[in-house]
Amino acid sequence: MQQLENLTREARALANGEVVPGTAEAEVARQLQICNACRYCEGFCAVFPAMTRRLEFGQADIHYLANLCHNCGACLHACQYAPPHEFAVNVPQAMAKVRLSTYTDFAWPPSLGRLYQRNGLTVALATVGALAFFMMLTLWLKDTLWRVPASADFYAIFPHNLLVGLFAPVFLFSVLALALGVRRFWREVTPGRDYEAPALGAIQGAAAAEAATDALRLKYLDGGHGEGCNNEDDAWTLWRRRFHHATFYGFLLCFAATSVATLYHYLLGWAAPYDLPSLPKLLGAAGGVSLLVGTAGLFRLNLRRHPQHGDAAQKPMDRGFMALLFFTSLTGLGLWGARGTAVMPALLALHLGVVMALFLTLPYGKFAHGIFRSAALFKWSLEKRLPSKLQLGDD
Amino acid sequence: MIDVLVIGGGNAALCAALMAREAGASVLLLEAAPREWRGGNSAHTRNLRCMHDAPQDVLVDAYPEEEYWQDLLKVTGGITNEHLARLTIRASSTCRDWMRLHGVRFQPPLSGALHVARTNAFFMGGGKALVNAYYRSAENLGVQIRYNAPVDRLEIQEGHFVAAHVGGERIEAKACVLAAGGFESNREWLREAWGQNADGEWPADNFLIRGTRFNQGVLIKHMEEQGADMIGDPSQSHCVAIDARAPLYDGGICTRIDCVSLGVVVNKNAQRFYDEGEDFWPKRYAIWGRLVAQQPSQIGYSIIDSKAIGRFMPPVFPGVQADSLPELAHKLGLDADTFMRTLNDYNAACRVGTFDHTALDDCHTEGVAPAKTHWARPIDTAPFYGYALRPGITFTYLGLKVNDQAAVHFGGVPSDNLFVAGEMMAGNVLGKGYTAGVGMSIGTAFGRIAGTQAAQAAMKSGANSMWGKEKTRAAA
Repeated sequence: MQQLENLTREARALANGEVVPGTAEAEVARQLQICNACRYCEGFCAVFPAMTRRLEFGQADIHYLANLCHNCGACLHACQYAPPHEFAVNVPQAMAKVRLSTYTDFAWPPSLGRLYQRNGLTVALATVGALAFFMMLTLWLKDTLWRVPASADFYAIFPHNLLVGLFAPVFLFSVLALALGVRRFWREVTPGRDYEAPALGAIQGAAAAEAATDALRLKYLDGGHGEGCNNEDDAWTLWRRRFHHATFYGFLLCFAATSVATLYHYLLGWAAPYDLPSLPKLLGAAGGVSLLVGTAGLFRLNLRRHPQHGDAAQKPMDRGFMALLFFTSLTGLGLWGARGTAVMPALLALHLGVVMALFLTLPYGKFAHGIFRSAALFKWSLEKRLPSKLQLGDD
Repeated sequence: MIDVLVIGGGNAALCAALMAREAGASVLLLEAAPREWRGGNSAHTRNLRCMHDAPQDVLVDAYPEEEYWQDLLKVTGGITNEHLARLTIRASSTCRDWMRLHGVRFQPPLSGALHVARTNAFFMGGGKALVNAYYRSAENLGVQIRYNAPVDRLEIQEGHFVAAHVGGERIEAKACVLAAGGFESNREWLREAWGQNADGEWPADNFLIRGTRFNQGVLIKHMEEQGADMIGDPSQSHCVAIDARAPLYDGGICTRIDCVSLGVVVNKNAQRFYDEGEDFWPKRYAIWGRLVAQQPSQIGYSIIDSKAIGRFMPPVFPGVQADSLPELAHKLGLDADTFMRTLNDYNAACRVGTFDHTALDDCHTEGVAPAKTHWARPIDTAPFYGYALRPGITFTYLGLKVNDQAAVHFGGVPSDNLFVAGEMMAGNVLGKGYTAGVGMSIGTAFGRIAGTQAAQAAMKSGANSMWGKEKTRAAA
């Protein structure tokens, strides 16, 4: 009976956008109530100024603020209420836990949201599966993983159309799943519910430009003073920002390399492989090296991260994603060196397997943080341009 | 032997340690608290009151020396020392570059604190971020730091510091800086200082301490016994009305209740006792601690209705909520009949003009005692909210008398190698009252002076510790 009442109450709370007691969201609401009465951290990032525009924290506010949080750690080290204080405020950790539930709850299709919960396993299974698939495919097509094709051509092993046929649908599905997920998220937290539409129209352009800049510069990993965020202790470091830049821009360069190559193939009829100093090769080499350096650096920082930062349960997700990116790049660069050698077919299968695993897990892994974070930054850029509804006066 | 021993681990102690180290002295800092509670009350601060003649980074307009001095004169009611006060004020105009050098960063004023945008420079991340930066810088410069090291007594010979005792350990140094805070966390001492009231209650038993639990005043008492010249009244303290549910220690800033001026405040007999609308809350919150302390059982109840929601800084704990005033009285444990009489009298006495909580408006009461002179509107719109209030002690004023070299005095004679900074001597400048950020101004100014003087005293005492010579004037 008690249980039924609890369930009814939870259902009602959910329907009203209220926070269900005992959840990760409830913990964030509890902590933000303390933060909102203190406000010392306003200079660090956007989370705290966004918080001060609110008196209460419903489900939508919490999902928004959690994704606005970059887990930089500054507010934890500066907090007079951090553990062992009985208030036990640890905003980065509480926010990280909510982010996982955001990814899970807003995933499309909803049934696949579960893949976030044990994401290390998800990534591992996807990798093993994809690797096995390409090994088998190679064997089936060529009878061996070791024979060097006379032309040293990748397409001699996997015909171009076969690769496009395998990767394009997976990639497009990932893009679709992420888009639908973030659309659901946006609908929940949208400021359209709070503000008049005409007011929004006038500020959308500037807000979008600012949000894009803040995301691309990782503004909120600068600590508010430009000297960086925290990693293993209360010292500031710019290395988290730098390695993330290397990772992200490395990824973009690799993606650009693939895109240019696709244009070469279909528009100009130039078939791979492309050699130096061709554009795909230059982009791919630069991106690949950058990705290697970035992910290796992030991995090292992740290993040394302060134990109270973030949610320890999500480390497998973080590290799984870094590993996939690292090995995508490593096998890709390895292929360049191995062309014409006996290991090329095996290495190609390996590379394609890792890339396939990366694509498969894009919408159900760490990659999603960038999409949800960008949406939250956009909301903040909109919201800060609108007048606050509170009139708290001077304290 | 160490050159300079710094006793304490907050802002003043760290400023002293850094300055002494920069002057070339070897420095050992003893913090009574464990590492996770280091920094004393400094970890709860948020800004520094700064003199400036023109806009400076985060500070707008100007805040000249004379205006700062007049502000200090006003809040202390003249219980100050003009020479030391002006020294503090001038130091506040130049110390921030040095603070930045040691990793402190400043930010524009926080929302809800715009009234001090001109006068106060806010620490980015607050006082704990400042404390972290100073410890980090001190470690990098080679200052030795020991946590869990409360000093219980000093060896002083004819006004000359010889050694400090931590538990069973004796630590000698050529010079010493005391910066170990006030005595506000010492419940026994507070009890004694406040005494018993006419109802036989010990009011201090119901006080909450807004800051650290480690300010036990051991060295203040010890120095008094050693014959050091004292300053300040032990029964005086900075005392504000805070949420009664705040923790006994370290509730800090967030336990403040900012809705007093928007409603009424009753005591446990459900009666009003003071003009809630006398002035803006930032100018009045510091008197409400004492007002509540003078009420039976040292408790008050701030009562507002839903018209006030969204017009004051959000409190840390949700208020007790009710759909009717009698229900609210019941939930707060107040006698409903008396409560309703008080509220009805107040509501009937309200003369509502144009309500404006950002100005001293014309909404007032007539024919009710005590009057409410501004922001008086009937409390009539459900839901109603109640917040229980208790006195919260921020710091005490009793301390050691100093000169402009931060020297401890014995019978009017300054010590040659014992100095004091921070809360332990703030009473020289701030005999009573308070204005935002001035505690950090005093701690920074005198911490830096004390560190410099201690380093000089250590050098003067003869040998540099590097050469292992141990020539102190007074043999241990």
